Amino acid sequence: MRGGGLRAYALLYLLFLYAPILLLPIFAFNSGTIIAFPLQGLTTQWFEQMWANATLRRALGNSLTIAFSAAVLATCLAIFAARASTRYRFPGKGGALGLIMMPLILPEIIVGLSLLVVLLAVGVRLSILTIIIGHTLICMPYAVAILTTAFSSLDRSLEEAAYDLGETKWSAFRLVILPLVMPGIISAMLMSFTISLDDFIIAFFMGGNEPTLPTYIFSQLRFPKSIPMIMAVGTVLVMMSILLLAIAEYFRRRGAARTGQTSSGGLL
Amino acid sequence: MATANGSEAAQGLRMIAPPLVYAILMLAIPLLTILTYSFLTDGYQTIIREFTLENYRAVWGDPIFRTLMLRSLFVAGLVTLVTVVLAFPVAYFLSFVVAPRHKAVWIFLITIPFWTSYLIRVFLWKVILGYNGVINSGLKSLGIIEQPLSFLLYNTGSIVVTLAHAYAPFAILPIYVALEKIDRSLLEAGRDLGESRLMTFWRVTLPLAMPGVLAAVLIVFIPTIGDYVTPTLIGGGKIPMVANLIQAQMLDIDNKPLGSAIAVTAMAIVGVLALVFLFLNRRFLKVRQ
Repeated sequence: MRGGGLRAYALLYLLFLYAPILLLPIFAFNSGTIIAFPLQGLTTQWFEQMWANATLRRALGNSLTIAFSAAVLATCLAIFAARASTRYRFPGKGGALGLIMMPLILPEIIVGLSLLVVLLAVGVRLSILTIIIGHTLICMPYAVAILTTAFSSLDRSLEEAAYDLGETKWSAFRLVILPLVMPGIISAMLMSFTISLDDFIIAFFMGGNEPTLPTYIFSQLRFPKSIPMIMAVGTVLVMMSILLLAIAEYFRRRGAARTGQTSSGGLL
Repeated sequence: MATANGSEAAQGLRMIAPPLVYAILMLAIPLLTILTYSFLTDGYQTIIREFTLENYRAVWGDPIFRTLMLRSLFVAGLVTLVTVVLAFPVAYFLSFVVAPRHKAVWIFLITIPFWTSYLIRVFLWKVILGYNGVINSGLKSLGIIEQPLSFLLYNTGSIVVTLAHAYAPFAILPIYVALEKIDRSLLEAGRDLGESRLMTFWRVTLPLAMPGVLAAVLIVFIPTIGDYVTPTLIGGGKIPMVANLIQAQMLDIDNKPLGSAIAVTAMAIVGVLALVFLFLNRRFLKVRQ
């Protein structure tokens, strides 16, 4: 086999990437009250404790509401941006897209705190809504990136054929373009959902007293006795992320196949 | 959808308006506000609309800011170096060794950890490196050590390990993309002209991969400078970085002008460093792919 050394290195590297995550389920099912070896017995008490926790359920509810709203908003806005960037030429295009994509390269704390300062200055009360506003902003660039790929692989002649057959702009978009980019849209929504679900900084600074899963986890890290339960919560959270990503990847590839490209690109 | 009439430019502008207006309202205006605040005077609870450079003077004269900024730069630099050096062979492996039909699976595997909760991953490193953590208890139960090693957590090294782990995929993907773009016949030409494998790599592959390496450096360096969670959890509050200082000034101490001045100064330093870095490596960016 070619590149034996490189392959071994790459496998080791993967192990390094996954090692911390693999500890989650190990200790979530371990009956010891501290996270340490040797392992004690097998237990599901941390998961039971998790389900019985009212604050946690509230945090989960908040997180899902926020993630769903932010995913829908970010994807809708991103559809416009991706369509504009792939189909039209207009003055100021680079600058406009640059601004939209900027949260990717700015430290999140700067994005979060500056938005917080403005919202407080105009008298907005911190709530779930303010987190949604922030998450929409940071999810949008990812959605734009995915959707730009989806839109740019469209064949212009399909759209023109629809016009020639008497469709209006809107009906051509709905009947021809939308179905072709649908996998991209679903993929962008799932990706945004995952980003929002996992985000800590914005939820922490812009949420007032409303807990989300990450901020609840953060608040519990000070208490050693709740750490095993946090391992259980982490296990569930990571499983959810992986599941959503696998679905997103499936749709992304199906979209690529539908528009006839070979796909070996990744999620980024 | 826009009506059929109107120039292409007008249609394009109308199309991009919704996301653009959102980005202006929620990103551009807040950033400009921070910039404005940094030139105003703090009046406890309120902000006095009086132009001053006092905040910047205070920031530059503050030894705490200098210490934290230098620490952030040092940590981010070290993280970038470690991440990019460790990532390059993986990107090379992905591009040159893995069969095309397996590439998507490998990339998927590499990106998954990035999409799992950042907070959880950081916290896991705390669990791994802690005094009674996984490494210490593991070594103890194997009988290798008697007493837990106390140097694992709450220091710069542990912050570097955590961040290098967190930003790994960011470094791999840009390098991989650059390597994928390399025309394979150039490599064959190098070999045919009598270069060794190593020399071909050094004189053909590496220069052509440089745009990806530069992108990886910036993509890792810029967010790590502003990281908040890792110094808070892994540093145990004992090794704050510049993000912690900004947060403390803005919210805990509630001196928004000074906090803004720190944020603007930090961003300016990072911006200047990024530009200098690109300038120094400009010859690689001119490479035609």
